[in-house]
Amino acid sequence: MNALPPNRQANTGPAPLTLYGETLPSRLMLGTALYPSPTVLADSVRASAAGLVTVSLRREQARGRTGERFLELVRDIGVRVLPNTAGCHTAKEAITTAKMARELFETDWIKLEVIANDDTLQPEVFGLVEAAGLLARDGFKVFPYTTEDLSVAERLLRAGCEVLMPWGSPIGSGRGLNNVYGLRLLRAHVPGVPLVVDAGLGAPSHACAAMELGYDACLLNTAVAKSAHPPQMAAAFAQAIEAGRSAYLAGLMAPRDMAEPSTPVAGTPFLDRTAK
Amino acid sequence: MPLPRSVTISINGEPRELSAATLEQALRELGYGDAKLATALNGDFVPARRRGETALTSGDRIEILTARQGG
Repeated sequence: MNALPPNRQANTGPAPLTLYGETLPSRLMLGTALYPSPTVLADSVRASAAGLVTVSLRREQARGRTGERFLELVRDIGVRVLPNTAGCHTAKEAITTAKMARELFETDWIKLEVIANDDTLQPEVFGLVEAAGLLARDGFKVFPYTTEDLSVAERLLRAGCEVLMPWGSPIGSGRGLNNVYGLRLLRAHVPGVPLVVDAGLGAPSHACAAMELGYDACLLNTAVAKSAHPPQMAAAFAQAIEAGRSAYLAGLMAPRDMAEPSTPVAGTPFLDRTAK
Repeated sequence: MPLPRSVTISINGEPRELSAATLEQALRELGYGDAKLATALNGDFVPARRRGETALTSGDRIEILTARQGG
């Protein structure tokens, strides 16, 4: 019996990450918020060699100049952008925001967030599925921020999503993978679908664990931006993601309940001590 | 001589008195010039190319969004 998931059987080399037909140079996706300065943000993106950065839209307060400065910064960094619909609580809000993002950032990629409540910022999955379907029919390449729920995943795939982004834990919590079992089930349930753990990663070890489960990429922000040295932390996450991916491809051993000697038993001296 | 037009429009949640008849004129009146931004009227997206033909009436709600950092 071969216990490897089908996607790994078909992809045992260091294949690049391809989403919606576009190949990304890295499996790390980095948020652009909460950094102490634009320079630190740019340094962090470069240090991580992130394949993609997330951005947002907000009400303009300075006659459009704040937004233009940020657009210039993103352009200078030179990494692909994924706009989000952060803060939207209904499908309609998210759809309108997505259309505004498409015009502003000149991309049909959208990280679709429909938020259920402010305490957990968890996905409101009913509105999410509704918005995903309408946006996909309108030509958007939808990256849905979702839970690990299998039936929601199926609905999103049927709605036209080619990527799923389940949460590790609540946004900004840094708690890591709250439901490893659920994430493992999702990985096994949709073996050919690119999966990105999005939100809640607090340490490089969390990202490594996600990649060891067979996830295809990680999206994080706060853990890097709020660290004492964001560029250094960004690089640490990049290394962890690479290590986790390599470990997954190499095939992890199954855990055992009991000890098993690694040193050969045959030829062990003093074995006669048990033969009294 | 007709009185100057004046409408009360909500701009990003704040009420403003404007003389603009269209969304494009409102952006100019508000000083946005040719800034790169995205607009919505009463919750629906209005593409840049349609701003000139999008009429405003009192009580309308305009959202003016620009690029910002995000996670």
